[in-house]
Parts: sequence; structure tokens; C-alpha cells
Amino acid sequence: MYGIFIIFLFYTLGTVISMVMGELIPGSVIGMVLLFVSLLAGWVKPEKVRQVAIFLTGNMALFFVPVGVGLMATTHYFSGALPAIVTTIVISTLLVMVSVGWIQQLLERKK
Amino acid sequence: MMNTLFTMQPFTLTFVIGIYLAAVWLYKKTRLSLLHPVLTSILVIIAILSLLQVEYAAFEQGSFLIDFMLGPSVVALGYALYEQVKLIRRNMLSILTAIVTGSVIGIVSVVFIARWMGADEIIIASMEPKSVTTPIAIAISARFGGLPSLTAVVVVVTGIFGAVVGPFVLNKTGIRSKIARGLAMGSSAHGIGTARAIEIGAIEGAISGLSIGLMGLATAILIPLLRLIVT
Repeated sequence: MYGIFIIFLFYTLGTVISMVMGELIPGSVIGMVLLFVSLLAGWVKPEKVRQVAIFLTGNMALFFVPVGVGLMATTHYFSGALPAIVTTIVISTLLVMVSVGWIQQLLERKK
Repeated sequence: MMNTLFTMQPFTLTFVIGIYLAAVWLYKKTRLSLLHPVLTSILVIIAILSLLQVEYAAFEQGSFLIDFMLGPSVVALGYALYEQVKLIRRNMLSILTAIVTGSVIGIVSVVFIARWMGADEIIIASMEPKSVTTPIAIAISARFGGLPSLTAVVVVVTGIFGAVVGPFVLNKTGIRSKIARGLAMGSSAHGIGTARAIEIGAIEGAISGLSIGLMGLATAILIPLLRLIVT
């Protein structure tokens, strides 16, 4: 239960901070950073949250199925843009993959 | 009648989890990347709801609890990040440089290619976080005027594409360093790319897992920043 409490506490803190900052960054992402920093600083013991965290991250794929089903209510909207969507995914994914790989490899060799 | 059934949370939760488990089973049995459980679950559920003429609003109400778990699961990524960061202290600077650059290239390339191909702003906003792990991508998309449902599917398709072509592309482009390969897979294809990276090797897998959280964080910060600069 303590693990669940910690996750919801940081989620709440993140959401509040996000609201104060004009909601530019999602509250859950701020909560993620807060949890990460608290673990590094030793404010939260890793073994206390491990079980809940592994359950949540391990089953993440299930959690976004309902959102995806929302496609059925919006298909009319983007079906015409399908070629643009597919082209963008292919080119942009390759660009990210190759640039990240090259930069990392280049910086490693410089050392 | 059917609409009422799907507004009942116990029924819809059982329905969604049941289909998801069946999809996971099918995926493990066939080992086909195209049959990613998220994609098959979404398509099967849409097919069933359409067949029974259930409205999305009814399903949305019934599946609310699963949807709600997205937020806590993003927070829990902070723990995953903590576990992985210990592995990479020595390469911290190069990894952060590569991730931030990759995140900028990911956002900017989506805006340019999609706009050039005639997509409107809502579709562009839905696609900007496409290389980021789905729960973070959905939160970003919802905030900046995208369609979260389109984002969810775009992100999963991106992940499948990256995972399938990744090893081939990395070989062709001469990316041989294990850290670079893991980073490239995780930053372009998030969790699905990481599953593939784990098959390549343990170092590649761990680094790829780390880049999921870093890429999510970098993109969540950079999208509002880039919007301030460009518009």
C-alpha cells in the first residue's frame, strides 16, 4: 500500500506543479521526475515502490487500449490524411533513429 | 441495451482485459511484430463495438479505470529511470546530447513532413510526440490540441516500424556501438523498440529502456519550448 501511496502522492504533486506552471508539461511527467529525484536523493526507498512500479510499467500497454479505441469516434476526421500520417511516421522515425545513433557513436569515439 | 451493458465498469474492465490477454497470447504464439497486442486489442474492440452498435461514449465510461492508470504508470517510469541510470554514469553527457538532439529532430521533422503533405494542425499535434512512450505522448497530445486516440495508434505503429527495421537500418548506417544502438532503438521506437533491443543484447536493452524515460521527458519539455520559438 505504501508504494501505491507514494505513486499517487507524486502524481498529485506533479499535477499541482503542472497547473501552477500553466500546464505546459503534463503532471504525470513532472511526477515521474519527482519520483526519480527522490529515489536518487534517498528520500524514497527503492524497495518500497519496486513492486507497484513494476506492476504499472509492466502492464502499461493495457492502459492505453481504451484511448486507442477512441479512434472509432474520430476516423472520419483523419482518414483523408492517412498517406501523410504514414509517410511522416516512416521518415521521421528513421531520422530520429539514425541521428541519435550517430551522435552517440561520434561522442563515444572522441573520448 | 448494449450501450448500458458497456457503461458498467466490471463488465467493460473484464471485456478489455480479456481481449488484451488473448492478444498477448496470440502475439507470443506467433511472434509476429505486426500482431502487437495493443494494435490487435484496439482493432478487435472497435470491431466488436461497431458490430454491436455500441457508442464510444458508453465504452469510454465503462473503461475509465483502465484509462486512469495511464497517469500513475508514467510516474512509475521514474522508478525504471532510477534503476537504469546507475548503469550509465560515465556516458551521461553524450547520452543526454544524443537524446535532446533526437527529440528536436523528431518534433521538427513531423511538423515539416506532415505540413508539406497537407496534414492539418490537429494531426500534426497528434503526431509530434510519436517517438515517445504512449502514456506520455497521450498527455502531450491532449495538452497541445491533438487527438489522443490518433496519438496512441501513431505511437504504437511508430514503435512497431522502428522495431522491425531497426537492426537493419543500424547495420546499414554503420552504427555499431552497443550504447548507440540501444539508444537509437529506444529513442525512436520507445517500449516496442526496447523489446527488440533486449533481443539484440543486454546492454542495448538496458540503454534502450533508459532512453524511453529520457526521450519522454525531453519531448515533454521541448514541444512547448519549440512552440514558443516558432509561433
